[in-house]
Amino acid sequence: MINRRDFLKNAVKGIAGLALPLAAIEIVSPRKLFAAKGETGKESKIRWAFLVDTYKCVGCGLCVKACKLENEVPYDANVTRTWVERYVLTKDGRVFADTPKGARDGFTTSKIDLGEGKFQDIKKDDIQKAFFVPKLCNQCENPPCVQVCPVGATYQAPDGVVLVDRKWCIGCGYCIMACPYGVRFFHPVYKVAEKCNFCYHRITKGLKTACVQACPFGARMIGNIKDPNDPVSRIIRNERVSVLKDEYGTRPQVYYIGISREVI
Amino acid sequence: MVHGEAWTVKELFVTPNEYIYWSVQIVMYPFMTGLVAGAFVLSSLYHVFGIKQLKEIARFALVFSLALLPVAMMPLQLHLQQPQRGIEVFLTPHFTSAIAAFGIVFSTYGAIVASEIWFVYRKYIVETALALRNKADKSTGEKIYHLIFSLLTLGSYDISEKALHQDEKAVKILAGIGIPVACFLHGYAGFIFGSVKANALWMTPLMPVIFIMSAVVSGIALCMLTYIVVMEIRKFLAARKKTTYETYESTEEIKGIEINVIKMTAKYLLFFLIFAISLELLDLIFRGYTAVKTWDILRSVIYGKDFLDIFVFQYGIGNLLPFILFLLPGLTIRRTVVGVLLVLFGVFMMRWNVVIGGQSFSLTFAGFMHYHLPIIPHDIETFKEGLFGALLVIITPFVLFWGLNKIFPVFIKEVH
Amino acid sequence: MKSHVWRPLFVVIGIVLLILIARQFLVPKDFGIHERGYMYGWYKKSNEEYWKTKIAVKYKSAEYCKDCHSDKYAMIMQTPHAIIQCENCHGPAMEHPSDPPKLAIDKSRAQCLRCHYPLPYPTSGRANIRGIDPEKHNPDVECSMCHNPHKPKIGGTK
Repeated sequence: MINRRDFLKNAVKGIAGLALPLAAIEIVSPRKLFAAKGETGKESKIRWAFLVDTYKCVGCGLCVKACKLENEVPYDANVTRTWVERYVLTKDGRVFADTPKGARDGFTTSKIDLGEGKFQDIKKDDIQKAFFVPKLCNQCENPPCVQVCPVGATYQAPDGVVLVDRKWCIGCGYCIMACPYGVRFFHPVYKVAEKCNFCYHRITKGLKTACVQACPFGARMIGNIKDPNDPVSRIIRNERVSVLKDEYGTRPQVYYIGISREVI
Repeated sequence: MVHGEAWTVKELFVTPNEYIYWSVQIVMYPFMTGLVAGAFVLSSLYHVFGIKQLKEIARFALVFSLALLPVAMMPLQLHLQQPQRGIEVFLTPHFTSAIAAFGIVFSTYGAIVASEIWFVYRKYIVETALALRNKADKSTGEKIYHLIFSLLTLGSYDISEKALHQDEKAVKILAGIGIPVACFLHGYAGFIFGSVKANALWMTPLMPVIFIMSAVVSGIALCMLTYIVVMEIRKFLAARKKTTYETYESTEEIKGIEINVIKMTAKYLLFFLIFAISLELLDLIFRGYTAVKTWDILRSVIYGKDFLDIFVFQYGIGNLLPFILFLLPGLTIRRTVVGVLLVLFGVFMMRWNVVIGGQSFSLTFAGFMHYHLPIIPHDIETFKEGLFGALLVIITPFVLFWGLNKIFPVFIKEVH
Repeated sequence: MKSHVWRPLFVVIGIVLLILIARQFLVPKDFGIHERGYMYGWYKKSNEEYWKTKIAVKYKSAEYCKDCHSDKYAMIMQTPHAIIQCENCHGPAMEHPSDPPKLAIDKSRAQCLRCHYPLPYPTSGRANIRGIDPEKHNPDVECSMCHNPHKPKIGGTK
């Protein structure tokens, strides 16, 4: 004889059993689950974008210093979320570029760092043009690093910023390989993939990123590209700006003013 | 210290975060997967296409590919920064990632190999289990054996003529499914590299096919090598009349079988080797001819920095030399051993030149990175991703094979 | 079908079921597909909160400093150094004055040379900043011995 309680218990068990195959489907076709949660159609009103004016950058590296301290990337570790590159083009057509320590200490010598302890000094008269280019994560619209993460530990937040889940990352390094801009690395302490996230803890509180704030010359700006009145958004729409490595189809969201073809 | 800093030396313009993140273990990984796939394809040549001459090596190759299977995962585990989280690849797989899809394909493949072995050895398993069951006063070892074999029967003791016929059919079907899955498996390893658009050297649709071909080459070569080693040991034992196997009586018989099997297998090795080299050269020529933006840096890597590794070690010593050795008439066992060792070396160098070579130039296309394999480990990282870590990966399949051979003896007459 | 042939398949199905059951316990409940669809939005939703809330804001900007240090603030605002944030030299404020009670000031020559090492780079803002040759210009002393960074002119208030 089966009483009502046992019947209910068994019914629940049965339903749970049936739900199990659904869990399998969830991996394959999770859009359904997403729809069930009622989260579709809620598009974010914010899309963060960055603007770098390379004419203004003087290569002081205060942005790099601030970034490392703000985001707890060990100061002496040879990795960094943002860095500044120096390009020196000579009159005879040669291109020199370097970024010693990611320009954490700025550029306090005219000698170009050639690696392996070698340096090249370039005479003032030989210089055709020279400039600095700050680099950081492009927060791509189609981030290849996210596409290749095998476990869903890195993702694009609704406002376009690509974040890494430090508790879920397995540290395979595939995202580091997939990034055409070299912005990713392994965090020396957490031992997981690390990257610039536009100081997510700051921008979501209405603050500027640490690098934007630290820059004395206004070479770095951050804004919301979905807001037509945002100053950054206005410049990007109205002026001639370019992006890095657009041939990869990543649709990077860090825009540059004043870079030339030597910049990669 | 930052991961990668211990073995990377930078030259010219390299961005701060660039290191050789994928080191020797990622060289080992496609190399070992390749051996698995290759060994399986070799065994399937007999089971599916009924190439009788390969009968002797087929069963051997099958068990060997099972021994290699867990080892293909090992380098991945060793290179993960968070190895304890590796299981997440099965928990929350992200199918747009080649690595996650690889996990699924790999497991499927493992299931196929294990099932096929089960069918091949079922009669033996049941007989052993029954014999052990009926034996009075078993020793502890025999008790454990009995437990293992009872579990391995999966509860089926039916070894009637009809049931064995079904087994045979199942083996054929599994081997048939196994070939595309093995190719897919290794193609995927190639896809993991070939689909990285950020890497100028890796990104080519040919990568999966090149990987499959060289995988089969290396798998056959390793099977031949191990086969020869095992046969030599047995010859030695037969000569001293100490053999516990009851298969062959005399040294002469073993010798005759050995050279026949080797000659036959060598032909298939050459066939796949030609395929592999043609594809690799096609890739190289195509890159040079089309000469897109990245060709400048690639050329300086291929013809400059890595010339020795690519043209001398890989193509010269690893491909051309064994090619000649196998083609010269009157193939002997000794020559074969040298040949297959060189082939294995060549395939290893190919993996090396892809994995390390692909990371030896900067994303700026204006700088280089040099890899220095850590020899003497001074911390866990330089052990895992150093010479000793790699050696560990190389040795493990042989240990596993030795263990597996206790349960699935490779040399018993008339198993199948 | 009562054949032994299917038994390996049952084992495989059993293993798959085990993984699916393990998923129920091991995968966080908020793991799923979010705004950007499967390719870019497959993640644990709560991790957004981690990045929003668990990282401390360390650089507070001059606005944070100016009320207590109004004299210094007013002074530097009169000079070309007005564009430099206090924290660029004084270090991140964090929870100052409670934690840390005192900030470590970077008075090194290297700090000044970030801008004042002369790099005559055309098309770069650097070319317009006055610089000194650090090897010839009083090499052994801190710049602040003679130049007040808050009023960078020799013979200022210091």
